[in-house]
Amino acid sequence: MPALLALFRRDLALARRIGGGGTTGIVFFLCLVTVVPFAVGPDLALLARIGPAILWIAALLSTLLGLDRLFGADHEDGSLDQLRLAGTPLELVVAVKCLAHWCTTGLPLVIVSPLFGLMLALDGPALGGVAATLLVGTPALTCLGAIGAALTVSLRRGGLLLSVLVMPLAIPVLIFGVSAADAAGGGTVPFATPFLVLCGLTLLALAGTPFAAAAALRLTAE
Amino acid sequence: MYVLANPATFMRLSGRLLPWLVALSLATLAAGLALAFTSPPDYQQGETVKIMFVHVPAAWIASLAYVAMTASALGTLVWRHPLAEAAQKAVVPLGAAFSLLCLITGSLWGKPMWGTYWVWDARLTSMLVLFITYLGLMALWHTIEEPGRAARAASVLTLVGAVNLPIVKFSVDWWNTLHQGSIFRLTGSTVDRSILLPLLVMAAAFTLVFATLHVAGIRNEILRRRLRRLMLAAAADREPTARLVVRDALPVEGSVS
Repeated sequence: MPALLALFRRDLALARRIGGGGTTGIVFFLCLVTVVPFAVGPDLALLARIGPAILWIAALLSTLLGLDRLFGADHEDGSLDQLRLAGTPLELVVAVKCLAHWCTTGLPLVIVSPLFGLMLALDGPALGGVAATLLVGTPALTCLGAIGAALTVSLRRGGLLLSVLVMPLAIPVLIFGVSAADAAGGGTVPFATPFLVLCGLTLLALAGTPFAAAAALRLTAE
Repeated sequence: MYVLANPATFMRLSGRLLPWLVALSLATLAAGLALAFTSPPDYQQGETVKIMFVHVPAAWIASLAYVAMTASALGTLVWRHPLAEAAQKAVVPLGAAFSLLCLITGSLWGKPMWGTYWVWDARLTSMLVLFITYLGLMALWHTIEEPGRAARAASVLTLVGAVNLPIVKFSVDWWNTLHQGSIFRLTGSTVDRSILLPLLVMAAAFTLVFATLHVAGIRNEILRRRLRRLMLAAAADREPTARLVVRDALPVEGSVS
């Protein structure tokens, strides 16, 4: 337990000192939100309708782009080998690393998403819906991405491959996340139905992916 | 089963079996095509119903290929067997090809029937996700150079996908019924016997073609690995300092011959 706590604090400190993680993620998120009105036109009614979808896709892309650093730096300086050999179960190590990674990349996105939602002309309930679904859904994206990150960790240019591998895994989360966010802004389906399924998917991802990612790290070690 | 699992035995037996498999699948395919062309046109769909004789078996084989791949992935991870690795690698492009065939024939059928090449129907979308999964696996196989490591990485991804694909299927069904009622139903009436018989023969033919190509693919993979091992050994003979490195690489490869 102290080892896991130390790992968590180390990853947070690394993300904060080296920078790049949280703040660049938010700037990238802002860029995507800014680009969409240029692509589809500045019609506020249209933007309000597709707003939740834009925010979700932006969150997905920001998560995917940050993922190659989840194990990348540790692989390069050899600390990943140390973690693999250590007495602490690798599954727990992966889970803690995912948690730290989410705190520095996913959580900032959740916090700023209502602000960006305002720019896309979302109203109050929709803003709350998007923030709530992102809060529940982004941990699942990080966890699923951990599998791709573990599989591609030893490749020199694994970023693009990582996105290709993770995208099919992220589709269910995206479907129910966007459905719930849409339902919050008014619709025929009650908000709770897709939201609870999204919660279920996230719990499933939290429970299952550390094992898959740890297996990938162990099996593909040189 | 354990006798077959020896790559040398497999090469000998499959070499004897392969010509028969080729002949049998060609014969079944010819019979299936003949039956398909002589079957009566559908009263609603006309002659376009014949596309179904390729489309439906392709969809079945695309899913069957994933089952075969999952079984091989288990063989790779649990028994660390090189033959399972070869079987797993050989099945990926086949799965991709059959799912692509299913998608193409489906959209060719969709244009005259639905008036569009593509709709975001639940079935189409889940087949598309399956196709993307195959493409991702192919990319993973090609990117990792060492065969053993590539096989283990692909196995993990295959098993994750085996959990993921049913979830995708379920989500996409839910997503589609949310947005629009499913207007396209294949099961309007029970399928007539004049259509069912060619369909079953074609399904058998596709299964045989898949088995033939899979066995041939496994043989190629085994030969490819043998070649790689021989080239490494030859390089080691010429370069004495490299021998240490090659000896490390050999135990994994050596068990293949």
